[in-house]
Amino acid sequence: MSTPAPDTASGNASGPDLLYSELEEDLRASVRSMLADRSPHNAVLARCETDEPYDPAVWKALAADLGCAGLAVPEKLGGAGASWREAAVVAEEVGRAVTPVPFLTGSVIATAALLAAPASASADRADSADGAGAESVAALLADLAAGHATAVLAVPFSSCPTPAGSGSGAGFPETVRVDADGHLTGTVTSVADASIADVLLVPAMAASGPAFFAVGARAAGVTRDAVISLDLTRRLSDITFASAPARRLADADGAVQALARGLTVGAALLASEQLGVAQACLDMSVAYLKTRSQFGRLIGSYQALKHRAADLWAAIAQARAVARYAAVCVAQDDPDTPVAVALAQAYCSTVAVRAAEECVQFHGGIGFTWEHPAHLYLKRAKSASLALGTAAQHRAALGRLVNLPPAN
Amino acid sequence: MLNERIKALLDGHPPASTPRLEFLRARFDSGLAWVHFPAGLGGLDAPREQQRIVDEALAAAGAPDNDPHRIGIGLGMAAPTILAHGTDEQRRRFLRPLWTGEEVWCQLFSEPGAGSDLAGLATKAVRENPGDEASDWIVTGQKVWTSMAHEARWAILIARTDPNVPKHKGLTYFVCDMTGPGVEVRPLRQITGEAEFNEVFLTAARIPDAHRLGPVGAGWAVAQTTLMNERVAIGGGAQPREGGVIGVVARAWRERPELRTAAAHDTLLDLWTQAEAARLTATRLRQQLAAGGPGPEGSAAKLAFARLNQEISGFELDLLGEQGLRYDDWSTGSWASERPTTVDFAGRGAGYRYLRAKGNSIEGGTSEILRNIIAERVLGLPPEIRVDKDVPWKDLAQ
Repeated sequence: MSTPAPDTASGNASGPDLLYSELEEDLRASVRSMLADRSPHNAVLARCETDEPYDPAVWKALAADLGCAGLAVPEKLGGAGASWREAAVVAEEVGRAVTPVPFLTGSVIATAALLAAPASASADRADSADGAGAESVAALLADLAAGHATAVLAVPFSSCPTPAGSGSGAGFPETVRVDADGHLTGTVTSVADASIADVLLVPAMAASGPAFFAVGARAAGVTRDAVISLDLTRRLSDITFASAPARRLADADGAVQALARGLTVGAALLASEQLGVAQACLDMSVAYLKTRSQFGRLIGSYQALKHRAADLWAAIAQARAVARYAAVCVAQDDPDTPVAVALAQAYCSTVAVRAAEECVQFHGGIGFTWEHPAHLYLKRAKSASLALGTAAQHRAALGRLVNLPPAN
Repeated sequence: MLNERIKALLDGHPPASTPRLEFLRARFDSGLAWVHFPAGLGGLDAPREQQRIVDEALAAAGAPDNDPHRIGIGLGMAAPTILAHGTDEQRRRFLRPLWTGEEVWCQLFSEPGAGSDLAGLATKAVRENPGDEASDWIVTGQKVWTSMAHEARWAILIARTDPNVPKHKGLTYFVCDMTGPGVEVRPLRQITGEAEFNEVFLTAARIPDAHRLGPVGAGWAVAQTTLMNERVAIGGGAQPREGGVIGVVARAWRERPELRTAAAHDTLLDLWTQAEAARLTATRLRQQLAAGGPGPEGSAAKLAFARLNQEISGFELDLLGEQGLRYDDWSTGSWASERPTTVDFAGRGAGYRYLRAKGNSIEGGTSEILRNIIAERVLGLPPEIRVDKDVPWKDLAQ
C-alpha cells in the first residue's frame, strides 16, 4: 500500500457537514442557559472543595429534563433517536461550563459501549440465544437514556481506543477475571466518574476469553476508593471487585466490540468537550484583555498579547472543524472513523491545553489564584489530554492508519 | 438540473473534438464556470458547494480546465470584486475572458512605501479635466510585488484621488489596462532565483472613468472585498487528503525507508495532523461561505496555511539530508532568473518549496497584520494606536 486511507466521509460532493444545524444550536442554547443558571463557576468551585463535586440536581436537569442522556439512543430503545453529532454539542457545553457531570463517561462512553454490544441489536428478539444479555442491555440502555441510572465503563480513563497491538482483542484488559461461578475479581484503577455511577460496565477476562459485564456499583464485593484527582471536576476512583456478582452482557468479539466502540465514541466526543474548554478559556481571556489596564492602556491593545489571542482563536477554529468531523464520522459509522478520531484527539488535546495555559498566563496573578476559575479549566484540559489516549499515542495510531510507518 | 446542464454542455461541445477556448467559452455561457455567480455571468445562482460536482464531472469527461494556477488573481480577487462592486457593463465586459483565461489579471496594490500600511499608498490618480465627472483619470506612481504583471492584460488598482482627507478616505479603485502607454513592468527577482513578481511603474497612465470600480473615495471599502477573498483563495482552497506539500513529504517517507528516524517520525505525524486539521478547516470555511461572503475566518485559514507550509517544507529538507543540500531540481539547471507563468506552492523541488514558502507569511497580508485583523475584528480587542488615523494624507510623514 503506497497511499493513505482516503477520507471517505468527505468523498461526496458537498463533503461532511461540519457546520451546526439549527436544531443543534437550539440544543446548545438550552444546555448553556441551564448550566449558566445551575452550575456557575463559584458553585462548581464550592462543590469541588467538598468530597462530592457532583450536583445530582444539575445532572438530572441535563440528563433527564433536557433529555441529553439519551440523544444518540434509538427511540425504540427509549432514547431521543438523534445522533452523536447532537451529543457532541452537549459535550462542548459541558466542557465550556467545566461542569462536574458524568455526561462523557455515562451518556457517551458507557452508552456507546452498550449500543455496540451485539445484544442491543437483537433487543426485540426474546427468543435469541443472548436473550438474557439482550434484555439486560435493553433495560440498562432505557434506564440510562431516561436519566434514571448512570453507568460508567470500568477502565482506566487513560485507555486508548486504538492500542498499539494487533489483532482482535489486543489490549483487552485483564486486570479483572471471571471466577468459576461467574462472579468478578480484580481491580481497575483511575475510573472516571465511578463515584456517581449506579452501574459499572466491566470488561473482564473469562476462561473463554474477553467478556463484558454489568455490576451494581453498590453491590457486595465492590469497593470504590476515591482518588485525589488532578481534575477537580472529574473524579477518579480505584475499583476492587472481590467475587462481585455480575450480569454478563456480551462475550468474545461482542465484548471487544463494545469496549472499542465505547472508547472510540468517547474519544471522538472528548474532542468536542475539549473544544468547549478551549473556547471558554479564550472567551474568558479576551474579556479580561478588554478590561485590564496597565501602563495607561488596555492590555488587549498590546500586540504581544493580541497576537497570541488571535493565534489561539485560529487554533480553536481548526479544533472545531476537526472535532465536528470526528462527531460526524462516529454518527454515520463512517469507515474513516479511526482516522477522524485519532486526528481529533491528536489535535484537540493540545489546543485545549494550550488555551487553558494561555488563560492562566493572560490573567497574570489573578489567574494563579484558587478563587479564579482558570485552574478548573487547566486541570480539566490537562487531564483530558491524557484521557482516552495521549496526543502522542494518537499520532502513533495515525501513523499506522495512514501508512506512515515508524523508523526500523 | 445541474447534471442535465453538464450533459448538454458535453453533448454540444465534445471535449475531444472542441478547441479548448471554444469549450471554455461554452462552459461559461452555460452557467457552469462558477455556479454561485449570477445567471448570465457564468453562473446559475446556485450554492457554491455544487461547483465540485461540475468540476468533477467535467474532469471525468476529459474537458479542459481554465488553468487556475495561471489566473489565480483574476479568479480569486478581481472577479469577486467586480461582481460585488462593478456595474453591469463592467461585469459583462470583464468576467467572461477573465474566467476563460483569455485575459490574465494582476493586482496593483502594494507600493515601496505602503506594504502592511496599504492605505498609506502614494500612487495618485487625477481627473484629466477637473470638474468633469466623466473625465479620464491620469495615474502616476510605483507598485511592487505584482505577480503575473508580465502576463497580464488588466490590473485591479488602488490609487489616491484625494490627498486632503485621512488616508483611508481618499482612495479609489480602478481597472487598469496593463498594455496601455505609461505602464512599465520590470521583473523583481526573489529568493528562489526566479522573477515571479514585478515592479510596475505608472507614468501618466490613462484610465477611462468607465473603468472605475465603485464610487470615488470608496476604494478602501472595495479593496476589502479583494483582500478578504485573497486570503480565502490562499488558505481556503479545496484539497483532497494529503493534497498539498504534506503529500509530497508523505510520499517520500513511504517510498524511502532509509530516510526515516524516530524523531522525524513524530514530527511528520504532527505535521500531518496539522495539515489535515487545516484542510478540514478549509472545508468548513467553504461550507460557511456557501451561506455568505468571506469573513475574517479567511485570515485564520491563510495564517495557518503559511505557518504550516513553512514548517513542512523546512522539515522536507531535513528529511532529505544530502539531497536537501542541492538546489538542482530546476528547469534551467541553475539559479538563473526565470519568468514563471504559473504559481504552484507544492510544485518544483524541495529547495524551491522551502524558499517559496517564506513568501506565504508576507504576501496577501503579513501574518502579523492578519493577527491584528483577527484580534480586532473577530475578538473585538482594542485597536492599535494609530497616530495617522484622522490626519489628512498630505500632512503625514511620507
